[in-house]
Amino acid sequence: MIYNMEFETLPREALEAIQLKRLKNTVERVYATVPFYRRKFDEAGVKPDQIKSLDDLKRLPFTTKQDLRENYPFGLFAVPMENVVRIHASSGTTGKPTVVGYTARDVETWAELMARALSAAGATRGDIIHNAYGYGLFTGGLGIHYGAEKLGASVIPISGGNTKRQIMIMRDFGSTILTCTPSYALHLAEVAVEMGIDPRSLKLKAGLFGAEPWSERMRDEIEKALDLVALDIYGLSEIIGPGVSVECLEAKRGLHIFEDHFIPEIIDPETGENLPYGETGELVITTITKEAFPVIRYRTRDITSLNPEPCVCGRTHIRMNRITGRSDDMLIIRGVNVFPSQIESVLMEIEEVEPHYQLIVEREGNLDVLTVMVEVGEQAFSDEVKKLQQLEKKIEKNIKEYLGVSARVQLVEPKSIERSAGKAKRVIDKRKL
Amino acid sequence: MKVEQISIFLENKAGRLAEVTRVLAEAGINIRALSLADTSDFGILRLIVNDTEKAKQTLKENGFTVGKTNVVAVEVEDRPGGLHRILEILRKAGINVEYMYAFVQQSGNNAVLIFRFDNTDEAIKTLQQEGVRIIEGAQLYSM
Ligand SMILES: [Zn+2]
Repeated sequence: MIYNMEFETLPREALEAIQLKRLKNTVERVYATVPFYRRKFDEAGVKPDQIKSLDDLKRLPFTTKQDLRENYPFGLFAVPMENVVRIHASSGTTGKPTVVGYTARDVETWAELMARALSAAGATRGDIIHNAYGYGLFTGGLGIHYGAEKLGASVIPISGGNTKRQIMIMRDFGSTILTCTPSYALHLAEVAVEMGIDPRSLKLKAGLFGAEPWSERMRDEIEKALDLVALDIYGLSEIIGPGVSVECLEAKRGLHIFEDHFIPEIIDPETGENLPYGETGELVITTITKEAFPVIRYRTRDITSLNPEPCVCGRTHIRMNRITGRSDDMLIIRGVNVFPSQIESVLMEIEEVEPHYQLIVEREGNLDVLTVMVEVGEQAFSDEVKKLQQLEKKIEKNIKEYLGVSARVQLVEPKSIERSAGKAKRVIDKRKL
Repeated sequence: MKVEQISIFLENKAGRLAEVTRVLAEAGINIRALSLADTSDFGILRLIVNDTEKAKQTLKENGFTVGKTNVVAVEVEDRPGGLHRILEILRKAGINVEYMYAFVQQSGNNAVLIFRFDNTDEAIKTLQQEGVRIIEGAQLYSM
């Protein structure tokens, strides 16, 4: 289902013409209204009127999370406060949060993009959307909420927490679409089983899962556990919130970036050079319709690649592949780059193992030591010590082969790795302490 | 002729074994035999109890990973060479013992050995042919 047939299926040439017009407009506006951008552009020796093609975007400087923090709270707003109708902020686990603002039109744009995303998952006016993303400063809850209302579906603003009540409501209200983090989707399924409710008997037909990296095998797990189609949705508050890109039901392969509102690039995170289609690097996004909080070449820290091939669904917007990690989360272990999601892929390849794991990095002497804690479920368990030791060895061997790094695998009891409504804590890096 | 045994995955953390015994005691389950095999980071607790299903269910509800396997309980005469004779029978027949543990009956003079074989049926047949007394599950649970 395509929500905005005209804009989501624009021929490439027409789309790029719109992008260029909107880009020029945005660049002129930020230069005129945001001192930070004026200074950065001047330092880079580029004036707005020098942006004559989409390729000229490369000439503009990057914007980083650090820039956002340094301009806390409203320093990067491009409109006077009387035009701002909403403020969100990202949770600042270290230092200050990053604050973003929306004009009424921005809220409208966001709702449209989320309506598109929900439609891509097959949602219609008749659906009941169980929105278990957190409501509040975090953009997840309200982003989905406005999109669902825009679409005309019924939205249950359940937010996070109280999992048993959530399951009761999903069952009693007949929720058909689930929106939450992928780890919470698995948690919901587990808790339903504990309550004696078969999660497959719920009316759920599709789910939009995002706000944390996940994998194809985790998709299989969720789809099997909840009997629904699990789709990936991507967004970040600095850009707009959820609704930057989404997978379509038809292809389930890569997330269409709403290119009439955002221009994506992939760069080498070390050198900042642009990388060609297909190559993996850091995703950089420029917003071209945002009013209150436009961002130029924002470094998302998310690692992915772009796929320009036409899609079976008919959308002409480029697809980004599943996020395979964050350049922030990237662990350098004995000189090897390791993303937690790569460890997850290794675990998911081993049938009897469940994707509940935690990485612990320590320094013993001058050497980094990686320990992978893996929960032992019924499928992996054996009454024989040697079989469990063989399982540990097998995981260690596969990690070594796939990642080129030695790890020590430690089997732990089920549910001993903390997981909650929020994001699963995947990495404990004790080297920084 | 088989005996049901439950096995429980335990992390090597203080208090985990006590947690198992607490859960079972609260459910009114009696432990007939027990063996703990451990490595540097985990252990496997094997139990024979008076109510296998209830024990398994209760432990699962309390978040433990629980397995159920069939083992064989063999009575060993309480005299020198009693165990040796049984092991010789198994060795000659080429039957592999995965693990074993002993269990002393409250009443009789004879010890009971719990064996985990990779081929349980074959092992039972061999032992019976050699006249070794095998204890029925039902008898063991109610001892
Ligand atoms: Zn598509």
